[in-house]
Amino acid sequence: MSYIDQTIVELSHVSFGYEPGILTLDDVSFQIERGRSGCIVGPNGGGKSTLLRLLLGLLSPQKGELKVFGKNPSAVRQRVGYMPQYHQLDAAFPVTVLEVVLMGRMHRGFFGRYNQADHQSAKKALDDMGIGELTARSFSELSGGQRQRVLIARALASDPELLLLDEPTANIDPGAEEQFYNTLNILRQRMTVLTVSHDLGFVNREIDLVICVNRKVTIHEAAAFSAETANEVYHHQVNLIKHDHACFCNCEHRQVNPKMKEAQ
Amino acid sequence: MSFLHDLMRPEMAFLRYALLVGALSSVALGIVGTMVVTRRISSLAGATSHAALGGIGAALFLQQIALPWCSPMVGAIVGAISAALVVGAVNLYAREREDTIINVVWALWMSIGLLFLNWTHGYVDWQGYLFGNILLLTQTEVYLTIGLDLLILVPMLLFYNSILTMSFDWTFAELRGVRVKVIYFSLLILTALAIVLLINVVGIILVIALLTLPAATAGSFTRHLWSMMLLSTILSGLFVVVGLIASYQFNLPSGPAIVVLASAVYLAGLGFNAWRKRC
Repeated sequence: MSYIDQTIVELSHVSFGYEPGILTLDDVSFQIERGRSGCIVGPNGGGKSTLLRLLLGLLSPQKGELKVFGKNPSAVRQRVGYMPQYHQLDAAFPVTVLEVVLMGRMHRGFFGRYNQADHQSAKKALDDMGIGELTARSFSELSGGQRQRVLIARALASDPELLLLDEPTANIDPGAEEQFYNTLNILRQRMTVLTVSHDLGFVNREIDLVICVNRKVTIHEAAAFSAETANEVYHHQVNLIKHDHACFCNCEHRQVNPKMKEAQ
Repeated sequence: MSFLHDLMRPEMAFLRYALLVGALSSVALGIVGTMVVTRRISSLAGATSHAALGGIGAALFLQQIALPWCSPMVGAIVGAISAALVVGAVNLYAREREDTIINVVWALWMSIGLLFLNWTHGYVDWQGYLFGNILLLTQTEVYLTIGLDLLILVPMLLFYNSILTMSFDWTFAELRGVRVKVIYFSLLILTALAIVLLINVVGIILVIALLTLPAATAGSFTRHLWSMMLLSTILSGLFVVVGLIASYQFNLPSGPAIVVLASAVYLAGLGFNAWRKRC
């Protein structure tokens, strides 16, 4: 099936550093095929956000080659959906939920009003995220979990083939988090989802790949990812229980992660 | 009412111009003020307004020695725009030292202006620039204000969605193909122009108050960027007109009268909101 085999993201020998002589990412090579979803994990300062910014084309590799859909990332931005962390945004900004989601329909060289189709896509994205009733609400009066969902709806409004989520479970309460995992599983059937997370519990979910970023990048099949692998990435004992959640027990993949169970 | 009576007298043209410029400038004030408040660049606007004095000083000096066309207005525009662009570029490319650079530009441009004023022969009414001299307004300022309003309003209507996206989420706007840097620097230039024009009305010192207070008041009662702009335009207009009438009636300096009124309404708005949230 050529559809499945199609490569979404391909990095070969990519290096990047913000300051001369200090590499944030060093000789990184991996690829992700269509239909597979991954979780980008690693310690703070390990280069997770840098990798994300490279994939978005906001930064360019200093060495090596990075392709998204076989092209330069900045050329395919219209096919990529991006969700930032909500606390990076000004909470007091005067904007409604619908206006935020419509931003996902912004096109190059486009000025004037959004058309009927844009409004329909925005409404559909809001319904997909289960927050259709929030449409007219002010963004600033929403809870953290609701804001996160609005920002995912905004990313979905553009009908992306690749969805990049930056720390989607940071600062949201466990109830909202559980809901979020369910949503993510539905989205994974429609598009390739890459999630940045410092939360190792996330890895246990129905995710295909674990992309460990700590200057070097190693990629693991999620089924084979264990506490020991995690320790290698973080260079110290990782407490998986601390990051884990009650819902872990319901996770179908539990049995393929025996070492995770031992860690508990 | 003696104010209305005086307003009609032919020799009171300056009063009519003052009211007209004040009311007309509220469009520029409301839109630019909203951008300054929501993008949190009021210290940038502060540096810009004080930097205008640098340009004014240099222009007065140059006008005297060589360049008759170099009016204080031209100088103020050059001073304010150059400062806004320098601070804006620093804000964009070297965030960590932003506050230092803002203060350096603020002080340096002002000092240059005062040095030039020192070398300029004859009497210079520099207090007029610091506190505004609404008596000096003429028909020219009326036309300039209308021009500035259009210069700000038309791009805002055309590119509203892009401007909204850029103001709310810079990175996302960039990813969606919005030319964020072009819009950002255009907004800085328009902010500088608005500030220069408003210096005539309230002066360098108080212009930031008049730019930010109506928008800050409007911000707590609106949930769209456009409605915040609209409400702060209405509020600016009210503050300027009512403040001018009060200053005429009670023989007060106009700039402080306007700013005290705007501050009082802002504080009342804060109080009302706190009360509303408790209920």
